[in-house]
Amino acid sequence: MTITPNAAPLICLRGVRKSFGTFEVLRGIDMDIRKGEVVAIIGPSGSGKSTILRTINGLTPINEGTIQVGDIEVSDPKLDQVKLRHRVGMVFQQYNLFPHKTVLENVAMAPIQVLRQPRRLVEERARKLLADMRLPDKASSYPGELSGGQQQRVAIARALCMEPEVILFDEVTAALDPEMVKEVLSAVRKVAEDGMTCILVTHEMGFAREAADHVYFTDKGVIVEHAPPADFFTKASDPRTKEFLSKVL
Amino acid sequence: MNQANLLAQILEWMPFVLQGFVLNILMSVLAIAIGTTVGTFLGFGQISPNILIGAPAKLATQLFRNAPWLVLLFYCIFLMPYQVNIGGVMIQLPSWLRATIGFSFPVAANFSEIVRGSVNSVPRGQWEAAEALGYSRRATLFRIILPQCVTRMVPPWMNLYALLLTATPLSMIVGVEEALGRTQAAVQAQSDSRVLIPMYLALLAMFFLYTWPINRLSLMLERRFRTK
Amino acid sequence: MITNIQTFFQDLASSGINLTIFYDAFDFDRFVTGLGNTLLLILISALLSIVIGAGCAAILTLSNGFAAAIVRGYIALFRNTPLIVQMYFFYFAIGSIMPVGRNELGLPQPLISSFSWAVLSLSLYSGAFNTETFRAGIGAVHNSYEEAALALGYGKRQAFFSVTAPLALRFSFASLANNLVDLTKATTVAYAVGVAELLYVSNQIWSDSLNTIEMMNVMLVIYLVLTGAVVFIINRVEAAMRLPGFGLGDGQ
Repeated sequence: MTITPNAAPLICLRGVRKSFGTFEVLRGIDMDIRKGEVVAIIGPSGSGKSTILRTINGLTPINEGTIQVGDIEVSDPKLDQVKLRHRVGMVFQQYNLFPHKTVLENVAMAPIQVLRQPRRLVEERARKLLADMRLPDKASSYPGELSGGQQQRVAIARALCMEPEVILFDEVTAALDPEMVKEVLSAVRKVAEDGMTCILVTHEMGFAREAADHVYFTDKGVIVEHAPPADFFTKASDPRTKEFLSKVL
Repeated sequence: MNQANLLAQILEWMPFVLQGFVLNILMSVLAIAIGTTVGTFLGFGQISPNILIGAPAKLATQLFRNAPWLVLLFYCIFLMPYQVNIGGVMIQLPSWLRATIGFSFPVAANFSEIVRGSVNSVPRGQWEAAEALGYSRRATLFRIILPQCVTRMVPPWMNLYALLLTATPLSMIVGVEEALGRTQAAVQAQSDSRVLIPMYLALLAMFFLYTWPINRLSLMLERRFRTK
Repeated sequence: MITNIQTFFQDLASSGINLTIFYDAFDFDRFVTGLGNTLLLILISALLSIVIGAGCAAILTLSNGFAAAIVRGYIALFRNTPLIVQMYFFYFAIGSIMPVGRNELGLPQPLISSFSWAVLSLSLYSGAFNTETFRAGIGAVHNSYEEAALALGYGKRQAFFSVTAPLALRFSFASLANNLVDLTKATTVAYAVGVAELLYVSNQIWSDSLNTIEMMNVMLVIYLVLTGAVVFIINRVEAAMRLPGFGLGDGQ
């Protein structure tokens, strides 16, 4: 967690706006995320947190503003989708594992089919990642045979297997039973500690506080304030932030 | 003969074919009426807890649902009498009427399944809730379950009618003079192979213009009921 | 053994139930030919209609343009007109402008047989229904699966074929079984253009042997067995492809 403040950011959002019909979800978002940084986005539901993540890997196209991932301009109409999604991985709230593929196939299929990497190499990497996620004996199971926590750890391995530079975690513990939250959070922490740039949307304030380098608070489509967690959770200045924190802490 | 003459010649035969098409509509309307009535009883029979009612109703439904329409049509044409004696009055059964009865069997079986399916689509909990409130089985069915089912049964019933209408030209095979039989007769009478394609296209158009709106309406209703 | 069976049915015939197909070699041969043709009609048309249905459903999902409009037109036309009129249109109307060859005796013989026209017509008719079945199956797959594939760098087309389509297939079996039962029943319509299928040969047999009721009952039993077999096969395929934690009711 060594951050050189002056280094150019890996991900850079400037004035990002997005509307669904007449409803404006994002109303001018600016963010800078440096390599190796762990960023948590928190805020009330419906504040546009998940939409921010989905704009970064281009799943949700934006109406205005710019998003830069390394040297890739995400809103560029000639965008190379494969190149972007090679660099930006994503883990979903509902895991979204492919139920017709085994765990190993789920982890290995995209690098083989999309990145055209040799199968043997990818599968070797996939098995190692499954071991890292403490699921070494589940390679030939189907997702439907696993618990929610196990499925989510497979989903993390699947994102890692693409060897991205940044992973987006979209409320990855929200669909889990309480006893499985811990195992998934420790898996996320391991990914972060290994130096991966992580952007998390989360409701787990305790986790945001100890694992994140920087916390963003969003409300009604804008970033209200952002600060390192030590400052954020103790010296929040904006009344909206204070009100939110008083409810969740 | 030039194109204009050909067109005039085809148009000349159209009233003859259209009269046949009226018979298609007549057969379909009669068969859907008979089939829906019989099918309602079969459907109630299928959901009856009494095995002496349930089993025969299920058997009849499966039998007439899985038998080809044409085979059922042959049964009715060959095995039904040409006339029946009802209370001393002789009633003639022309082939179109026997064909209509032949079409009623699969319609009844299909409607029986529509009834069963829509009753079963009401969550089990509603039966239990009604029972807890002291409703009898019959009262639950008629006062609570069926009122919810009726709207749900309309779109598949309309599809069934459209399917029935498009099955009526099968009766041409057993000698009923409906639109397809008449088209064939008209083509033979003209003995000009150039009329073949336009004559059959006109016949297809007739069926399409009648059936398409029914299927569209059914789809619209289905969507409306689903969003409710 | 065979003579025993023949004697049994001959005795049965003298008591009023005349099943010539079990003791008369000629009727037996005709009957077997008819059954064989019916099976061929079902098999070939079923395969073609599934291919047509899958292809058209893919076009409807992946394209919004000209190709999708053509497919929608095709479905509307074939669903809203009678199969028998379609078959007549192909066989008599389109057949009238097709080239005619010569057979070995030098007599004119159409290059496309009535059997081929029947297969074409049955496949297109059933294919329209299968398209709607597969389309509904695709609609039943939650789009989060496609989204996950897109997030992994899959293109829309690649995500459709690797993820959505295999899952959609599993939602389609019940409706597909229905369509194939209908197709099995619909093969009797080939009788109308003179294909020597089961109904056609049965009609010949009862015209010659005057055993209408017996032959119709035999036919009815055979069609019930055939439709039962279709449902059985589809159920087996469905069971073999069933996925843990994925199916009706819990497709997320």
